Amino acid sequence: MKWPALPRPEGRQFIIGIPWFWLALFFLLPFLFVLKLSLSESTLAQPPYLDIVREFKDGLVVLAINLGNYELLLEDSLYVKALISSLEIAAFSTLLTLLLGYPMAYAIARAPRHWRLPLMMLIILPFWTSFLIRVYAWIGILKNNGLINQTLMALGLIDSPLEMLHTPFAVYVGIVYSYLPFMVLPLYATLIRLDMTLLEAAADLGCRPWKQFLTITLPLSLPGVLAGAMLVFIPVMGEFVIPDLLGGPNTLMLGKLMWTEFFSNKDWPLASALAAVLLVVLIIPFMLLRHFERRSEEAQ
Amino acid sequence: MKSWSFGLKAVAAALALGAAAQVAAQEELHVYNWSDYIAEDTLERFQQETGIKVLYDVYDSNEVLEAKLLAGHSGYDLIFPTARPFADRQLKAGILQPVNKEALTHYANLDPVILGSLGDIDEGHNYLVPYMWGTTGIGINVAKVREVLGDDAELDSWGLIFDPEVSAKLAGCGISLMDDPTEVLIAARAYLGKDPNDFSSEALDEAAAVINAARPNIRYFHSSQYINDLANGDLCVAHGYSGDVLQARDRADEAGNGVEIAYLVPTEGAVVWTDVMAIPSDAPNPQAAQKFIDFLLRPDVIAPITNYVAYANANAAATELVDEDIRQDPGIYPPQATRERFITPKTPSNRETKSINRLWTRIKTGQ
Repeated sequence: MKWPALPRPEGRQFIIGIPWFWLALFFLLPFLFVLKLSLSESTLAQPPYLDIVREFKDGLVVLAINLGNYELLLEDSLYVKALISSLEIAAFSTLLTLLLGYPMAYAIARAPRHWRLPLMMLIILPFWTSFLIRVYAWIGILKNNGLINQTLMALGLIDSPLEMLHTPFAVYVGIVYSYLPFMVLPLYATLIRLDMTLLEAAADLGCRPWKQFLTITLPLSLPGVLAGAMLVFIPVMGEFVIPDLLGGPNTLMLGKLMWTEFFSNKDWPLASALAAVLLVVLIIPFMLLRHFERRSEEAQ
Repeated sequence: MKSWSFGLKAVAAALALGAAAQVAAQEELHVYNWSDYIAEDTLERFQQETGIKVLYDVYDSNEVLEAKLLAGHSGYDLIFPTARPFADRQLKAGILQPVNKEALTHYANLDPVILGSLGDIDEGHNYLVPYMWGTTGIGINVAKVREVLGDDAELDSWGLIFDPEVSAKLAGCGISLMDDPTEVLIAARAYLGKDPNDFSSEALDEAAAVINAARPNIRYFHSSQYINDLANGDLCVAHGYSGDVLQARDRADEAGNGVEIAYLVPTEGAVVWTDVMAIPSDAPNPQAAQKFIDFLLRPDVIAPITNYVAYANANAAATELVDEDIRQDPGIYPPQATRERFITPKTPSNRETKSINRLWTRIKTGQ
């Protein structure tokens, strides 16, 4: 990474400084707060933790740093299991949204020009309704005497209702439904910019459509795939609303666990430690993406 | 034309200023209460009588209330926590301020038995004023449970949930447990016939074994969802608050969907709880909160609330004003024989609370 050369009286530094300032204010600073809280000790008071800065006298700062929260996260298998289970759910739902979103984005990008806008609108339109209400609507669709079961029973296809709500299936339906646009939009953006002459050239040279897709379209759309996967994977890791409303009791996810620590246990430090760990886990794929991007830039 | 529109704007600005001044002059009271826990006209009556504007917010769990209080500057003047373990803990954390009993002209209306039951957590009754009370038992869909278990099965038992053979039969039509570790662990201990207030690790393990055995038959853990699901016939057996189950019964009646709901207090014993009124120590307007407490202590105010929410109030003078069918409902005003089976929960220590909650996450997720 190149740092901007120091004193050069130009507007350039200022422009570069804005995103750094933004990151420091809205990412680094809150994270430092969380980190500080995670190193404190919980207590029954208002606020429910003991500040790590205990004393400040004669220019001496007395700190009490408690590593017990991180120790507990490692010791108690519950948290490790929750992390693994969140990773699994996030990875699997990212794959599902990709499998569903790719053909959609592809079809929209290849559709006649005047069709593209209406089709994109169909993807974006549901976003105009509150996320919470849309997740609630799925309860009405999936529940035992909900829309699907009533229809299937009226048609005589099943005798007793299928159990769908409060199962992992419902969680995946909710996640895929809610995050699909985050996958489709970046995919569409890369697919629409694809140089069609490459495909024409391949066809002229006798390449079959399926092979054209595998050797040209797919590799060139990889940045879109990656961006979409990030946009789905990262928020799903910390997802709380969907597993809480649609999931069954055995859906173990970090977001729910954090809620318990914060609200039921009033253990803000432990909840913060969990949040810090989650953040570190999420930064790794982000770093990988940056690495990948830089390599492709260098290749060009 | 221009001057005309300018004139209009000036008038509008003056009006807005006037309105703002009026709002600033009007006294405000910020109340934070459970959802569906007050009559429809209570706030309007208070506002008309005192001129104090009530800003009313609702919550659906003690945890959410407590989290806001502990964060500080909640801005609320009056809250309605459950006495045990919540108000007890809030008193210990020092986040409540005393109520001036002398200024409460209707304080004598309170039921001395209920007031007495709070004596150990609030010595001298300086902080907590009882509001409503109820029990935590079982709500059932009568027809469906009878269809599965037969006409002569005993229904008023925790066995409906915790006997794996029985709950396996009922699992298909749906069993729910509250998402409240203390309530569920106490119920499981009561089912075993053991001291329900023992929170030692052996006692917790025993209770956990009972819950785990029934767990495959539990559809979900939630503390308010069951109201709708019982009423719609989506659930057969629900572990829940008395008044909430009765609200489900009334909703089913109103919908006319043929679902018959009953509330049962298990013979092994059931938790009895009291929700109290309290003033946070950082309340902006404790005087108004004081006036609202006194207003709610009036029999002609609290009786219609009981009629509306199906919970018994703590006001002895109000009982005769409560509707006949509510007063005679054994689920709301239980007979003496039932009262003898009540369990008063103990507040677990901080350490116990943490191990209880961690155990609870394990139980719920089947780890």
